[in-house]
Amino acid sequence: MDALIQLDGVRKEFEVRRRAGLLRRERRTVRAVDGLSFEVARGEMVGYIGPNGAGKSTTIKMLTGILVPSGGRLSVAGVDPSRERTRLARRIGVVFGQRTTLWWDLPLRDSYELVRRIYRIARDRYTANLEACVELLDLAELLDVPVRQLSLGQRMRADIAAALLHDPEVLYLDEPTIGLDVVSKAKVREFLRQVNTERATTVLLTTHDLTDIEQLCRRVMVIDHGRLVYDGGLDGLHAVGESERTLVVDFERELPPVNIDGARAVRTEGPRQWLAFPAAASAAPLVAELAARYPLVDLSIREPAIEDVIARMYGGRDEASRLPG
Amino acid sequence: MGVRGGARLYAAVAVRGFRRYATYRVATLAGVFTNTVFGFVVAYTYTALWSVRPRLGGYDLPQAVTFVWLGQGLLMATALLGGGNESELVERIRSGDVAIDLCRPANLQLWWLATDLGRAAFHLVGRGVLPMAAASLVFRLAWPSGVAAWGCFLVSVALGVVVSFAIRYLVALTSFWLLDGAGVLLMAALLATFFSGMVLPLTVFPGWLGTLARALPWSAQLQVPADVFLGRHRGTGVLWALAFQAGWAVVLLGAGQLVQSVATRKVVVQGG
Ligand SMILES: Nc1ncnc2c1ncn2[C@@H]1O[C@H](COP(=O)(O)OP(=O)(O)OP(=O)(O)O)[C@@H](O)[C@H]1O
Ligand SMILES: [Mg+2]
Repeated sequence: MDALIQLDGVRKEFEVRRRAGLLRRERRTVRAVDGLSFEVARGEMVGYIGPNGAGKSTTIKMLTGILVPSGGRLSVAGVDPSRERTRLARRIGVVFGQRTTLWWDLPLRDSYELVRRIYRIARDRYTANLEACVELLDLAELLDVPVRQLSLGQRMRADIAAALLHDPEVLYLDEPTIGLDVVSKAKVREFLRQVNTERATTVLLTTHDLTDIEQLCRRVMVIDHGRLVYDGGLDGLHAVGESERTLVVDFERELPPVNIDGARAVRTEGPRQWLAFPAAASAAPLVAELAARYPLVDLSIREPAIEDVIARMYGGRDEASRLPG
Repeated sequence: MGVRGGARLYAAVAVRGFRRYATYRVATLAGVFTNTVFGFVVAYTYTALWSVRPRLGGYDLPQAVTFVWLGQGLLMATALLGGGNESELVERIRSGDVAIDLCRPANLQLWWLATDLGRAAFHLVGRGVLPMAAASLVFRLAWPSGVAAWGCFLVSVALGVVVSFAIRYLVALTSFWLLDGAGVLLMAALLATFFSGMVLPLTVFPGWLGTLARALPWSAQLQVPADVFLGRHRGTGVLWALAFQAGWAVVLLGAGQLVQSVATRKVVVQGG
């Protein structure tokens, strides 16, 4: 595997001081990233998710070199980011969803022109890349508008284009779909898919919208309290997240909650009942048994939503952290 | 590519800095008006002072009045009362937007220097020329004696801008540690106002205070360019004056680079 991004036991601690009483100040160390190890191969598109404060943005900042890790080793394209930040900067693209690289008081086109100079992009490359971005991200109407007049979604699309004009090998996206409407989200996703497949750009994508992940990433990493808690395919999440499928059954008449091995009734509403069973188990024996023992009219199966799976993973964290010690 | 590509980038950044201020025409006119009114008030005060103490600080009356108008003319260009683009940098550090600047393959200090030069160039023309012109209709001013003298003056102003920037940049960097930069900026503005010669020419102050004031970098912002303008240096004296400014520029820019590398390595970029 040609690993483009490598992390080995990476840690980042923040010292925070806060007032404790009138004069006393309390020093506390926050472990934002706590022994993180993973690799991302060239050309991969990886989802990087986790609850608020999990350490995602901190990881991305270390990967760009603007934060120095407190420990561990880190390399991007063979370079230690914090040591050679400026050199690496030519080879990476970054989008911080809540911030902008564009110049507030300049028309979009001038911002891009400045980007061309910053990265010293050859004229023909620049023209070709800009044309592609303008078409796919629907920016044509916006090129002569000052950035301060763009809506959030327009600005975000413009920012994504700005991060790709210099053909970066790696693209870090920290919540690139935050605040976008459905149409813009679809456009951005389609664009990212193209960038990843056609230019083989490696993409690390942070988001709270799991649809982004479902539609774009074959691999997903879940981070929590600065630690990697899952790394693998999307479907594998179901097994790890102990997710359940639901059997919705309609009986001929109202019945007390059914009692059946391998499933439990979670809800009853007249003749209809909801039975939960492990997502990894087969539904066939359950259905057979139900049909044999009860007056069955109709049934359907609901797959667990990825949101629920993730929510359960994050939720489990809270319970665990409530334990003493 | 190398140096030339870099120079082209920073030139483009400077042009952008210039254009940005050029869009605020009304604000510029209002500024010119204020500068002019202020210039008149101070010029008449100096006239009164110099009639009591002729040749105070070694200046005759026209020279003293010219000094006043140079102060008004350079007020914005060399940021004599503070107020360049450093408050913007402070704000970007505080909000964490500086993360974006640091993700670019460009030197943070040179980037901001370029924007500041653009800003200063605009203010030199926009806020410098008109008040001087207005003053020349009313007062007898002491003008440079030839093309070479004007040239030296412009070089001196450029160096003054660089020194002024280098100081303000250092001050702005402190907000990596302090997070709230407003107090430090105000403090720095007060120091600049006094030690540049904006309150009174530094040659007026006797003894060690005067010597110290003239040796400090702030004098490069007004005192030195004004003396070059007034032709107070004989022969190679002008070159020494320019070398004094250039020396401070190099030292302070170097210090800025050093502090910048410590700040970006040891200190945290804010926000998620
Ligand atoms: N500059 C800082 N100073 C102190 N603590 C910080 C700083 N930046 C981040 N942290 C802490 O580090 C932890 C991880 O923060 P980070 O921004 O990486 O989270 P995140 O996963 O990006 O969260 P979100 O989904 O909310 O964006 C949090 O507990 C946060 O409080
Ligand atoms: Mg974040």
